[in-house]
Amino acid sequence: MLIHIYINGQKTKIHCQPDAMLLDVLRDAGCKSVKCGCDTTNCGLCTVWLDGKPVLSCSVPAARVNERHVTTLEGVQDEAEKFGSYLVAEGAEQCGFCSPGLIMNVIAMKKELDHPTDDEIRHYLEGNLCRCTGYMGQMRAIRNYMEVEA
Amino acid sequence: MFTIREYAMPESLEEAYTILKSRKGNQILGGCAWLRLGKKRINIAVDLSKCGLDYIREDEERIEIGAMTSYRSVETSDILHGYFNGVIADSVSSIIGTQFRNTVTVGGSVYGRFGFSDFLTPLLALDTTVVLYKKGSVPLEDFMNMPYEKDIIEKVVIAKDGRKASYQMFRNSRADFPVLNLAVSKAADGSFRVTVGARGPKAVRAEKTAAYLTEQLASENGNMDDMIKEAGRLLVNEVKFTDNMRASAEYRKILSGVLLGKAVREVEAC
Amino acid sequence: MRYVSQPVKKLDGMPIVKGKPLYTNDLAPNDCLIVLALRSPYAYARIKSIDTSKAMLVKGVACVLTYKDVPHVRFTNAGQTYPECSAYDRLILDEYVRYIGDEVALVAASNEKAALQALKMIKVEYEVLEPLLDYKKAADNPVIVHNYDDYFTHYPSFNSDNKRNIVVDGVEEHGDVDKEMAESDVIAEGEYEIQAQEQCMMETFRTYTYLDHMNRLVVVSSTQVPFHVRRSLARALQIPQSRIRVVKPRIGGGFGAKQTIVSEYYPAIVTLKTGKAAKMLYTRKEAFTCSNSRHQMTIKVRVGADKEGHIKAIELDTLSNQGAYGEHGTTTIGLSGHKSIPLYNQANAHRFKYRGVYTNTMPAAAFRGYGATQGQFALESTVNKLANMLNMDPIEIREKNMLQMGEIMPAYYNEPLNSSALDRCIQRGREMIGWDEKYPCREISPTKVRAVGMAISMQGSGISNVDTAGAEIKLNDDGYYTLKIGATDMGTGCDTSMTQIAAETLLADMDQFIVAGVDTDISPFDPGSYASSTTYVTGMAVYNAACDLKNKIITAGAKMLYPDRYLDDSDKVNTKKFYFDGTRVMEVATGRFISIHDIAVHCAGSSDGNYLNGSGFYSSPVSPPPLMAGFVEIELDKETGQFDIIDYVGVVDCGTIINSNITRGQTEGGICQGIGLAMYEDVQYDKKGRMMTDSFMQYKIPNRVDVKKIRVEFESSYEPTGPYGAKSIGEIVVNTPAPAIADAVYNACGVRCTSLPITPEKVMMGMLKNKMEQEK
Repeated sequence: MLIHIYINGQKTKIHCQPDAMLLDVLRDAGCKSVKCGCDTTNCGLCTVWLDGKPVLSCSVPAARVNERHVTTLEGVQDEAEKFGSYLVAEGAEQCGFCSPGLIMNVIAMKKELDHPTDDEIRHYLEGNLCRCTGYMGQMRAIRNYMEVEA
Repeated sequence: MFTIREYAMPESLEEAYTILKSRKGNQILGGCAWLRLGKKRINIAVDLSKCGLDYIREDEERIEIGAMTSYRSVETSDILHGYFNGVIADSVSSIIGTQFRNTVTVGGSVYGRFGFSDFLTPLLALDTTVVLYKKGSVPLEDFMNMPYEKDIIEKVVIAKDGRKASYQMFRNSRADFPVLNLAVSKAADGSFRVTVGARGPKAVRAEKTAAYLTEQLASENGNMDDMIKEAGRLLVNEVKFTDNMRASAEYRKILSGVLLGKAVREVEAC
Repeated sequence: MRYVSQPVKKLDGMPIVKGKPLYTNDLAPNDCLIVLALRSPYAYARIKSIDTSKAMLVKGVACVLTYKDVPHVRFTNAGQTYPECSAYDRLILDEYVRYIGDEVALVAASNEKAALQALKMIKVEYEVLEPLLDYKKAADNPVIVHNYDDYFTHYPSFNSDNKRNIVVDGVEEHGDVDKEMAESDVIAEGEYEIQAQEQCMMETFRTYTYLDHMNRLVVVSSTQVPFHVRRSLARALQIPQSRIRVVKPRIGGGFGAKQTIVSEYYPAIVTLKTGKAAKMLYTRKEAFTCSNSRHQMTIKVRVGADKEGHIKAIELDTLSNQGAYGEHGTTTIGLSGHKSIPLYNQANAHRFKYRGVYTNTMPAAAFRGYGATQGQFALESTVNKLANMLNMDPIEIREKNMLQMGEIMPAYYNEPLNSSALDRCIQRGREMIGWDEKYPCREISPTKVRAVGMAISMQGSGISNVDTAGAEIKLNDDGYYTLKIGATDMGTGCDTSMTQIAAETLLADMDQFIVAGVDTDISPFDPGSYASSTTYVTGMAVYNAACDLKNKIITAGAKMLYPDRYLDDSDKVNTKKFYFDGTRVMEVATGRFISIHDIAVHCAGSSDGNYLNGSGFYSSPVSPPPLMAGFVEIELDKETGQFDIIDYVGVVDCGTIINSNITRGQTEGGICQGIGLAMYEDVQYDKKGRMMTDSFMQYKIPNRVDVKKIRVEFESSYEPTGPYGAKSIGEIVVNTPAPAIADAVYNACGVRCTSLPITPEKVMMGMLKNKMEQEK
C-alpha cells in the first residue's frame, strides 16, 4: 500500500505491506538510529515521536501513521548533540545501542515535565532499558542537562 | 508472525462495524503493542484512529473513556485524578514505560481481558460498563466473562457514585507484570467491593469478603486488625489463586491478605 | 599524567549519541539475503528425514541448507585461543538436535517474509529422543547427549568423556584438608545454586557476509573475537583462513555472549553456497533461547575455622550445567574455585572438586565473571555464615583471612599478589555505607527493617601464559598517528583507553590519533576482548608499540639533525642523548630540535626516509587480580518479603585507572548486572525443556526504578606488570551483589537464601519456615 509519512518534517512517500510496522519503515527510509531491541515492547530502543509524543515504533502499524508526523533522532540532531554531550561527558553512552531511544525520550520528557524530581525522571524513562551503565551515568547526564539547558 | 492482508481506516463506527462484519478474519486493531507477539492472520485490519474515540470526558453522572484513548492519557488525566482517589490513573502508571503507555489503548486492553491487567482490577471495583457498538452497554463484570465477539468497544463508562477506592499491586520487579493486584472501593452507603487480579486467571470480585467488610465496618466497634485478618481469610477461601512463573498460589494468598489490609485501611482513612 | 587516569570522553561518543549508522545492521547492504534458522521443537531428537523441496519453491528463496549440506568436521564455537580448551562437538548443522532451539535447517531468501514462509514449508520427520534435562542426573545417564566417536578435545587432562556426558572432571588439592577440617572449631557449610543468567546485551547477535572482488569471504559481525571467528569459520567451512576477512564495526554490548561464535557460520555458508551477500539477525527470543548464557551451577562449600575466626581449610565442589554444547565448559568451572578460594589465602589447605556435564538445555558459555561469580556467591555466602556462627563482624573475619600483597596464591596457579588495596577498599566501603552504625539491622517501622551486607571479590587480568596481544602505531605523513589493535571495543571504550596509553607514552594529543576498527586483514593479532584482558594485556602491547615508535622517531629525528653523523642505517643513535617531547625531537646537550611534523614529512616523502611503525606485543606469565569490596543496604518488608536496595557501594582496586569515566561506568553497570543476578533474573524451563523466560517481558533485567543508587569509588594500587600500573575492571564488578545482598537479607530477617535469584517469595517463605520452627 502507499502511504505518506512526514518523517522529520519531510513528506515521504512509502510503499509498504499493510502489516509493516513503523520501525521497519523508518529504517528502510534511512533512519538507522531507530533500533529494534526486544520485539515485546519492553526495551524502548525503538522510541520515536508520533505527533510529538514518544511511542514504540515497533508497535505502531505504519499505515496508522499515514499523513502524520514522525520524528527520529535524525530529525533532532541539534538537541541530540546537546544532551548527547552530557551523556558522553559521563561516559554514559557506553555501547550506545540504547542511546537513540533514550535520547528521544529524554528530549520528550524535557518538553513535557517542568523541573522533574529524580523519581519523576526515572518514572518517565522506566521503559528505556540499558544493560551497560547501571543507569547511574545516564542519571547524572540527565540531571546536568535538565539543569543547565533548562 | 502475524499478517495483515488489507488495512482499513474508517471514519465512523458504523463504517468500521460494516467492514468488521464483512468477512471472516477481519479484526479491530487496538494499540497494537502485542500484535507482533501473536500469529494472527488478519484479513482486513480495522484501525479506529479516525473514529473519534480518543477522549476522557465527564458529565454529571459519569466519566467516559473512549476506546482509542492511550494509557498515558489515562495516567495524566485531571478528570481521572479527581475521582475515586485517582486509582484509575494510578493503576496504569507503572506499566512498562511512557512510550508504551502512549502506544497502548484502553479499548485494546479491555478487549484483551488479560489476567495480569492493572487497569481492569480497579475498574471492576467501580460501577463500570463497557459500551459496545452493537450490543450496547454491558457491565464490566459481565463483559469479563463474555466470549470474544465481533463487536467494537466504543468506550468505558464509570458511574460517578462517590466511591472511595484504593488500588494495590505487588510486583517482583518494577516493570514486570504484577504478581497480584487488588482493589477495594466503598460506596456512599458503606457497601464494599473487593476485586482481585493477576491471581492467575483474570480479575474477579470477591463478594463474600466485600459483604463481610460492609457489615463489620458499619458497626464501629470491631478491632481493625482482627477484621482485616478475618477478611483476608475469607478472601483466600473465596478467590482462586494459581501458580505461574512469577509466584506460587501459596505466596499469592499471603500477598492478598497484605494488599487487602492496605487497601481497606486506605479507603477507611479517606 | 595528561591522559592516564583522566575522564577522557570516548572517541566514538558523539557519533553514537547522534544515532549515526555504526552497527552491523546499519551497514549491511540492502540486497542481503535474509538468513533464518529452522529450530528444533524438541530437546533431543534425530532428524529422520528432511524435505526442503517445497521450501525451495517459495518465491525469493535462494537456498535451503540441512545437515547434508555442511562439512562433517567438528569444531567449537567458543572464542578461545588455539588449541581451544573447549571440545570439538559442533557441526554447522547436525543430524541430531540437542536442545529446543538448536538449528535444524537454514533458509536464505531475498526478504524476510519469503524466508519465514519457506521455514514453514520444510518438512522434518523427527525421531524424538528422551531428553536429559536435569544436570544433577547427567553424569553416566543412559541418555547420552553427544553419542558419537569423532568427539575431540585437545586436552586429555580435562577428563572429558562424552559417552558419560562429562565435559570436565577433576580435583585439585593443597595441604591436608581433612586434617585441617578435623582440627577446626567451627565448620560452615552450604549448598548454593546459581542460575543460567542471560547476558542481554542490547544488540543481539548479527552478522552479514559477502564475497569480495577476490572471491574472499568478508564477515562483518558483532563479535568480541574477530580472529577466533576467522579461525573457527575456516575449520567449520573447510576453507583456508587466508580466504576469510572479519570486520568488527561498533558493537551494541557483549558481556561475554559474543565471545562465542553464534550468528557467523550461517550467513557465511549461505554466501559460500550462493555467492550472494547474506545477513542474519537474531531476534531477542533467539538471543534468549538459542545462543548461550552463564553456567548454571550448584556449589557445595565447607569452610573450617578456629574459634578466633582463622580459616583453616576451604572445600569447594562445583557441578556445572554445560547445556547441549561444550563452549567454555572446561574453563569456566575452574574459575569457580581459582577465583574464590584465594580470597582467603591464609587458609592452610583447600580442596576444589569440579565436574561439568552435558544436558539438553541451551549451552552455557562466557558471561562477565566467568565462573568466579558463581564460586564467589557460594564462598562469600559461606564466609558470611561463618562470621555469623562465630558472632563476628563479617569485615573482621575478612581482615583476618584475606589475601595480602606479596603472598603466593596456591589456589591461583601459585601466582604472586603483586598489588593490593583490598584493605583500603573494605575500609572505604565500610565508611561509605555507614557499616558501623547500620550493621546488622534497624527496625524502621513495625513492618519494615533496614539491613546491610557485604562481600569481597577478585578476578584476573587476562589469562596468564595464554592471552597475547599485538599493537601497532604508525606515524602518518602529516605527523598524526594511526593506532591498530585487535582488541574489540564493544562499548567498553577500549579504543579510547588504548589511545590514552599511546598518547601518554608518545606525549601526543588524543586528537593526533585515529584508531582503526578491527579488521583481521589489517589489525595485529589479538584474541579479542574477554577474560578482563584488554586494559592489561593489549594495554601493555600498546605501551610497547608506543615505546618502539618513540625510539624510532628519536632515531629518525637525530639522523635528520645530524645527517653526517649517522650516514647509514647501521649507525646507531644513542637515544639517551636525544629526547622526544611529543612535538619535537631535541638534543639534550645543545637544545637543537626538529619537529614531529618535519620528521613525518621527511620519513614519508624522501628518498632517505623511513616508514615509522611501532609494534608491540605482550603476553603475561601472571594474571594480576583486581580486588573489590561491595556493600549493600536494603529495606525489607516483613509482610511480603519484598526488599529494595537503598544504597549499593562498590570500592575497587583495579590498579591504576586508565580512564576514570569508563572505569566508573563499567563498575556501576557491572554492579547493576550483579543485582539482576541476585534479585530478578530468573531462568525457567518447562518440563519439556522449553525455556519460558525467552523475552524481556518474562525475563526481567533491572530497570532504572529498580536500581536507584549505586555509588562507586576506587582505591588505587600499582600493578608492576600492567600498563601504568593498571589491572582489569570489566568482570570483577559483577561479583559482589549476589553474596552481599543475600547477607543483607539474612541480617534483615534471618533467612539465608542459597539459590538465586533471591525473590520476595523465597524470602517470605523462608521467614514463615523460620517462624514455624521457632513455634515448635
